[in-house]
Amino acid sequence: MTSTTTNPETLSVLDRPNSYIGKTVPRPNLDRLTQGRGLYVSDMELPRMAHVVYLRSPYAHAKIIGIDAAAAKQLPGVIAVVTGPELAAVITPWVGVLTHLKGLKSAPQSAIAIDRVCWQGEAVAAIVATSRAVAEDAAELVAVDYEELDAVTDMRTALDPQTPVIHASLGDNLAFERSLDAGTVDAAFAESDAVVEAEFVFGRHTGVTLEPRAVVADWNPGDSRLTIYQGTQAPHMVQNIAALHLGLEESQIRVVCKDVGGSFGIKVHVYADEMATYALTKLLRRPIKYVADRIESFNTDIHARDHRCKGKIGVKRDGTIMAFEIDDITGIGPYSMYPRTSAIEANQVVNLVGGQYTTKNYRARTRVVFQNKNVMCQYRGVGHPIACSVTEGLVDLAAMKIDMDPVEIRRRNLIADDAYPCASPSGLKFELLSHHASMDKLIGMMNYDALRAEQAALRKKNIHRGIGIASFIEVTNPSAAFYGVGGAKISSQDGVAVRLDAQGSVICQTSITEQGQGSESLTAQIVGSVLGVSMGKVRVILGDTDNTPYGGGTWASRGAGIGGEAALQAAKVLRRNVLDVAAAILQASPAELDIVNNAIVNLDDGAVRIELRELCRIVYFRPDTLPPGIQPELMATRHFVPREYPFAFTNGVQAAWVEVDTDTGFVKLLRHWVVEDCGTIINPQLVDEQIRGGVVQGLGAALFEKCIYDERGQLTNANMADYLVPMSGEMPDIDIGHVVSPTFETELGAKGAGEAGTAGAAAAVSNAVNDALKPFGAFITEIPLTPQVILSALGRI
Amino acid sequence: MIPAVSISLQVNGERIEAHVLPRLNLADFLREHLKLTGTHVGCEHGVCGACTVRVNGDIVRSCLMLAAQTNGASIETIEGLSDSGEISDLQAAFRERNALQCGFCTPGMLVTAQDLLLQEAEPDRERIREHLSGNYCRCTGYQAIVDAVASTARARTGRGA
Repeated sequence: MTSTTTNPETLSVLDRPNSYIGKTVPRPNLDRLTQGRGLYVSDMELPRMAHVVYLRSPYAHAKIIGIDAAAAKQLPGVIAVVTGPELAAVITPWVGVLTHLKGLKSAPQSAIAIDRVCWQGEAVAAIVATSRAVAEDAAELVAVDYEELDAVTDMRTALDPQTPVIHASLGDNLAFERSLDAGTVDAAFAESDAVVEAEFVFGRHTGVTLEPRAVVADWNPGDSRLTIYQGTQAPHMVQNIAALHLGLEESQIRVVCKDVGGSFGIKVHVYADEMATYALTKLLRRPIKYVADRIESFNTDIHARDHRCKGKIGVKRDGTIMAFEIDDITGIGPYSMYPRTSAIEANQVVNLVGGQYTTKNYRARTRVVFQNKNVMCQYRGVGHPIACSVTEGLVDLAAMKIDMDPVEIRRRNLIADDAYPCASPSGLKFELLSHHASMDKLIGMMNYDALRAEQAALRKKNIHRGIGIASFIEVTNPSAAFYGVGGAKISSQDGVAVRLDAQGSVICQTSITEQGQGSESLTAQIVGSVLGVSMGKVRVILGDTDNTPYGGGTWASRGAGIGGEAALQAAKVLRRNVLDVAAAILQASPAELDIVNNAIVNLDDGAVRIELRELCRIVYFRPDTLPPGIQPELMATRHFVPREYPFAFTNGVQAAWVEVDTDTGFVKLLRHWVVEDCGTIINPQLVDEQIRGGVVQGLGAALFEKCIYDERGQLTNANMADYLVPMSGEMPDIDIGHVVSPTFETELGAKGAGEAGTAGAAAAVSNAVNDALKPFGAFITEIPLTPQVILSALGRI
Repeated sequence: MIPAVSISLQVNGERIEAHVLPRLNLADFLREHLKLTGTHVGCEHGVCGACTVRVNGDIVRSCLMLAAQTNGASIETIEGLSDSGEISDLQAAFRERNALQCGFCTPGMLVTAQDLLLQEAEPDRERIREHLSGNYCRCTGYQAIVDAVASTARARTGRGA
């Protein structure tokens, strides 16, 4: 509204009466999911919808000599068989690079392979039919003539001169390299009393979302619009990419995201088969549905973490860490993924190693190489688990070398809680962290000394238990520094629109998305609190590019911190607008009024003056009764993006208590503790559950999960019986504590919490296993810690 | 192709007559023919548990059973268990404890949890974890689910006492 009156905020919006901020309240709309009445893309059907199945390469690297689809096309129910060159008529190829990752290169990738396949699982033809079963029958009738080529599979030899170059146009198999040299590393190592080196090996693993990736794409030639129903974390990004490569305006594309069966970064990318599905609906002029099956998920959902990282630490006898040095290499598959690229994880490793400690001496190199395996890209925690495992593994090795307690060495080196703001050797800016307060809290929660005593007592009975500690920092609330500056059209700002309906209920449209984290809940909690409206009266709409403000979506732990702040600011504007109208109706000053429990009340005595419902009735149906000159605006929109800090860093510390069976090599997880500082906590239960879920993903990486490729580039365990994921029987209960250091860049003060669990869990377990194995002189720097790895380290096999 | 076979069965108390191809699995029959999309398909090889339904009182993975095998059977899916109110307390406990995030495993998880609670009045946490160990959840880390099942068990025994 145009009035210049302002309502001074005597109370922070966060601690208004009946605030939902900081309270555990159930997420709205959960009944829909518990009753099986959700709508996932895999549930969707549209009139004339056809199903596509992709025929995929059985080879890691091969020339396509010819494709004979004649027999397949004869099968009743088959609508079309489309090859790469045919599809290229409606969709252009892409190159997954960003300019801020200097030197990053990749080759053009097509929606369906043209002439050559570069990994086992790359699509070579699309079979479209009236049902998926018929399409699968037809796929068996398509004859593809391949000429197998040498596959590049080992990242360690990918850069050797005798290794074939996957993309001749690129000259070599090096996608990206970054080096960093801060402080005086050589002098620091020379001054160290002990220097320890180790090579850390991380298994290639993947997200295993329970609902596979799924798309229904519907090109309507009648209105020249493409509607994409997809379980994506970033609808506006998908809109941009689809428009770019189909030659459409973004306004011609609507991306709708209903319920999503798990994401974790797997669904924040645009995959070749999804692009092919968008192109097929354009080509065939009818809705096309693609749902990956589980084998396809393993072969084409991005993989992550496949790193080998040599690390070195120098330490003084008093425990002072003098320097860190790493030399990291990772193999990302044949293409840098689009549009976020496959160099980010390696880049994060360089950024994050040693970032929780005071030493300024840090040297790092990472190399990202191409290979003929499935593509790798950003998955929950991006780089954090690697950086944390390397850093915390080195710190434990150093502690062991100088015979110091692992907690003590950390206390002597973690950045002091009063040292902020400060920066890391790699240039990360820290606004306010709480490593020491977090460590103190953790030690209290786990009763560290008692556990140590128990460990010592059990060792005498030949029971080998270990304690592992892992401190970490986490990147959250990314600004444009993450992708935008590199030229990616991935928004780092988010928008929220709030409006009142004619009965005083709130409709809130936000550009962040929901995949179960609680985006709807946190938005409703913030809006309800600021407006003084019951949460049950706030309906949140998200995941629809036609019906939400423009924004980034939910990834990189940004939903609460960025989308939440936009919600807060939008609700504040609406609140002022409402109070201005109320003041006009009541012939009062807005400053004397408040909104509490869905009613306008006197600020001083809380007496109800007018129900919000009645105010809305007047505004919408009897504006003639309002004083002249008043034009109510019961809708407000605000956007937010962090500008001061490129990332809102959070911190935390985890501890694992494990038992190792030295005869079988099995590890039993007994207990796990996490202390996390994510700033303002909007909903404690949701934060804790994000952390627990993240921890368990990290525990899977620590003990079970690995995509096992053979030397020819064949993924040998692409099913859920052979690729092990954490199940309820093996997982421990996880205790969670908090320290709260809000970010002052926002009024809300919230930082992200989505990746903290994954960041430190594997490091804590690895350190615990090594602690348990200390009497045996074994120290393992490889995950997953399978029985085979442990028994090998013990020299028993 | 082998011709369709006729089946006659009860689904959520409703009499169903259908002609199905012998190769059609029960999960696809429920989802695609009966539009009961609350039964989810996660792995299609019997590992993830998302497609768990009740057949003649026993829980089965509907991706591992053929529709043709269900002639004469009585099948209950999440839709039926919700409408009958049989698991309303368990569903409420899942909501209160945030024992679901994306919700894709939830129907199968609820059917499996109810199966345990029908067999054992007060299972301990280890028993709950063991009984649910064939149902994959990538989001929660399981603790909230175990809590919700345990609190439902406690409430039911308290009420029954």
